[in-house]
Amino acid sequence: MTTLTINGTERTLDVDPDTPLLWVLRDELRLTGTKFGCGVAQCGACTVMMDGAPRRSCVTPVGMIDGADITTIEGMAGPEFDAIQTAWRALDVPQCGWCQSGQVMSATMLLQQLPAPSDDQIDEAMAGNACRCATYHRIRAAIHDAARTLEG
Amino acid sequence: MRFVAIAVAAALVQPALAQDLRAPDQIAGADDAARSAALFVEMGKVLTHPRCLNCHPVTGGPTQGDDMRPHNPPMVRGEADFGPVGMNCTTCHGTENVSFATQPGSIPGHQPWSLAPVSMGWQGRSLAEICEQIKDPARNGGKDLEAIHDHNAADGLVGWGWNPGEGRAPAPGTQDIFGQLTRAWIDTGAACPG
Repeated sequence: MTTLTINGTERTLDVDPDTPLLWVLRDELRLTGTKFGCGVAQCGACTVMMDGAPRRSCVTPVGMIDGADITTIEGMAGPEFDAIQTAWRALDVPQCGWCQSGQVMSATMLLQQLPAPSDDQIDEAMAGNACRCATYHRIRAAIHDAARTLEG
Repeated sequence: MRFVAIAVAAALVQPALAQDLRAPDQIAGADDAARSAALFVEMGKVLTHPRCLNCHPVTGGPTQGDDMRPHNPPMVRGEADFGPVGMNCTTCHGTENVSFATQPGSIPGHQPWSLAPVSMGWQGRSLAEICEQIKDPARNGGKDLEAIHDHNAADGLVGWGWNPGEGRAPAPGTQDIFGQLTRAWIDTGAACPG
């Protein structure tokens, strides 16, 4: 048995401890906002927050993280997340949208840690989130936009 | 110019692959100093193996694979040798090696997992330079020789080099032999190769 807190609710999971967290989120708990992209931590589509930091759930066996506090896109809240969501809508950031859950998670974490990131800091922090529609220019603009909103 | 660059590169440390690691009793020298330097050369098979070198870069971020290609996703060192703000090593690397669920291979992991500090960067350095660097407390994190032995013989992240997970060649020999070599190197004067 593995116990995780997911979006504020404690869950006891009767699954093989080698099961990736992503599988548990999507197949067991039906939290399908977190996406499968590559399965090898190369694309970032499966990004969740684990104990307050971004984590690729496709390479995270639940047995390795017993007791962890997980937040998925469905459970995100707070001023940085709100600002990112607003900017994402305003700039029409997504194209196909598949990677965007992971993009939003990483962008939110970046603003939580760095309220006014430079272009280089955005590129470095977002380098692990691939977008096959190449929306990178809008992602960067939206992070700047969200940062300006948060500055008031 | 290209040929000069190749010649210079050849004179520097190249990644060591598929080499056995000899125990101290198999390494001789004309005197203690010569044997000590020879022992360090043997230790160099580990120190310059890609499993070690990949996270001991001199500039920029980590490399990966036996060919020591740039890390993918692109990764910078960051102020804490732990990646940039917003994407740390632990965004992907866990507390242990994790086999991929959908294809062969694995992502390496250990607790802790980070780059060696810049002062401990070895990539492109000669073995003589690495030796002097390792002995220098100003660059080795304040370690004396005994602490270096303990680090080589027992540190978990050093030991990961022999347990790198599916799809990666381990460092030569064993951590136990590496520790024995370090012990013998220290006991013979901790000399550096010329």
